[in-house]
Amino acid sequence: MNLWTLQNEGINTVQQQAVDGFNDAGGPQITLTTYLNDPYKSALQTAVGSPNSPDIFYNWGGGNLRGYVEAGQVTDLTGALDARPEIKDRFLPQVLNGGTIDGKVYGIPMQGVQPLSMFYNKEVFAKAGIAEFPTTWQGFLDTVDKLKAAGVQPIALAGAQSWTEMMYPEMLLDRVGGTETFQAIADGEPGAWRDPAVVRAMTMVQDLVDHGAFGTNYAAVDYDNQASQALLTSGRAGMELMGSWQVTSLNDNFPDFLDAGKLGWAPFPAVEGGKGDPRNVVGNPSNFYSVSRSSADAPAATDFLLTRMTSPEYVQGMIDKGQVPGLTGLDQQVKQGRFADFNTFTYEQTKNAPTFTQSWDQALPAAEAQTMLTNLAKVFNKELTPQQFVEAMDTASR
Amino acid sequence: MSAATSRAGRPGFVWVAPALAFFALFALVPMVVVVFLSFTAYDGLNPPQWVGLDNWARLGADPLFAESLWLSFGLTAASWVLQTAVALPLGVWLARRGRTRAILAAIFFVPLLMSSAAIAVLWGTLLDPNFGLAGVLGPLVGIADGNVIGNSRFAFAAVVLVIGWQYMPFHTLLYQAAARAIPVQLYDAARVDGAGRWRTFVSITVPQLRDTIITSGVLIVVGSMTTFEVVLILTEGGPGTATRILPLHMYLTGFRSFDMGYASALAVVLLVLGTALSLLIARVTGYRKMASQREGL
Repeated sequence: MNLWTLQNEGINTVQQQAVDGFNDAGGPQITLTTYLNDPYKSALQTAVGSPNSPDIFYNWGGGNLRGYVEAGQVTDLTGALDARPEIKDRFLPQVLNGGTIDGKVYGIPMQGVQPLSMFYNKEVFAKAGIAEFPTTWQGFLDTVDKLKAAGVQPIALAGAQSWTEMMYPEMLLDRVGGTETFQAIADGEPGAWRDPAVVRAMTMVQDLVDHGAFGTNYAAVDYDNQASQALLTSGRAGMELMGSWQVTSLNDNFPDFLDAGKLGWAPFPAVEGGKGDPRNVVGNPSNFYSVSRSSADAPAATDFLLTRMTSPEYVQGMIDKGQVPGLTGLDQQVKQGRFADFNTFTYEQTKNAPTFTQSWDQALPAAEAQTMLTNLAKVFNKELTPQQFVEAMDTASR
Repeated sequence: MSAATSRAGRPGFVWVAPALAFFALFALVPMVVVVFLSFTAYDGLNPPQWVGLDNWARLGADPLFAESLWLSFGLTAASWVLQTAVALPLGVWLARRGRTRAILAAIFFVPLLMSSAAIAVLWGTLLDPNFGLAGVLGPLVGIADGNVIGNSRFAFAAVVLVIGWQYMPFHTLLYQAAARAIPVQLYDAARVDGAGRWRTFVSITVPQLRDTIITSGVLIVVGSMTTFEVVLILTEGGPGTATRILPLHMYLTGFRSFDMGYASALAVVLLVLGTALSLLIARVTGYRKMASQREGL
């Protein structure tokens, strides 16, 4: 059997160990193949359903997985999970939800949870006279003003890639309109983009832009070459909204910053009067493994996923690499290692979140996601008004 | 000599067969397939479904198509003017012998050795507004915050310059070689007639380089119409859609939105445009006639 996954040196070792353990049992043998991100997406798109289809494939859940499910290419794992409640109950429901399409489970979480959080430079905050990270939107706007008054760009934004810009409206929409607003959009309900909460969230984004919260040259700042992280760590900017991978990435590129204890983190603030629960998180619930319909031995592939993705060795291996799996009962395990504090924060935040909304670009069908990213960049550059954004997305979603 | 060997020495069909087979397999077949796909809805996952002229009708309604088409024309025109204006005089200057020129030539040709991806990543770092060169030089030219690739007015110029930086050495090389082939007698005769440097350049060098100007022009036009990797890495078509040239629009539609049918229609447009433009240049300039410019020499 073939298993396709993304190339990632640290994680691939853990995955290989899981495969080796399974193969040693003497049953069907699994071969691990790794791909780079962009080539993988097109390779998978054309391979699934063809004779070259992998048996088990890595995916992003949500709209990405939905395409394969609707083409009838993915094995329904609901029955297999229900038959083993002791395993099913280990998955955090809000994480497993990312691999669930129309009430049926098609993807098993296989990697750490990646909720978005605010990361800030404690030193900059102290100099600006800000004692604690704000928990309300009004407090957040005051913080932006204080940082500006201290001569610092309040927020680092890698706007050359619009997925970093997307994080603001997706958090704000959840806070303002509640999780169900975007859920309706992701479900493709007609007119869902027209919810007034979308205009409200986009208006709040443009208010931040007008306020100079992101400085002026954010559209030229790249995330992949660590330009926005350099702003944060050098003290030229105060904070950055990013997924939980930010900490391992900062550790790789700016270890001194972490050693000096300057990195702070906090949940995205609550919005006064908003419908959303401020404990809700947004981001990548996990990545998933799915079993293709054409697999010669779907039961064995399913067995591999259920037993190995929850095995103590796999979970510990993932935690050692800075990944926090979306499973229950890890409270003690996450309290160890270099990232103990942050991993505990991530784990608690995810576990206690009533909902875990998937990143918009992964929850939406590919074409709609691309249009959304382009239009969002235009909202940030003031080329589209919030109302025009809504009109454009309403058209694109039909 | 026997009849058999003399026939074998003549160019026959068998001689072109390998080249023809390659051309058919890697150029003609994909072209036919892409034309077919342009009449289908195809996401790579489900089998292509015949939709007739739907994709072609969408071209008219897609505002991004019109925008990307104009951006591609703009990029082509700007690249041609910029690259020719720099490469021609530079090539002519480098054509003459001398140690300084040889050393400078070696430096000028460095971009030729770099891959497009490396060039785009390099310039992306240089154009970072906070930590790159753009933050230092920007204020000197009136861009106070160094925001070049994030500004819809300047991003396009940045793309033209980076692509120019990449390809100018190649065209300089063409002009250098061509300038060296100009017979020295022409210059001697001109000097006897009392022509100055400028006069010699305009009346002898440029006319003698006519074929090279056309060759280089066709390469620039076709290259600019189809270039995309530098733009993909440098701006990804942004900010917004300010640098979303036609090939990039095709790529993003096909490989990010997985709308292969419409992307194929865009590809056919590109194919036709590229071919038509190069044919047009050849016709307008009379390149086909291959008229000699050295009559009497």
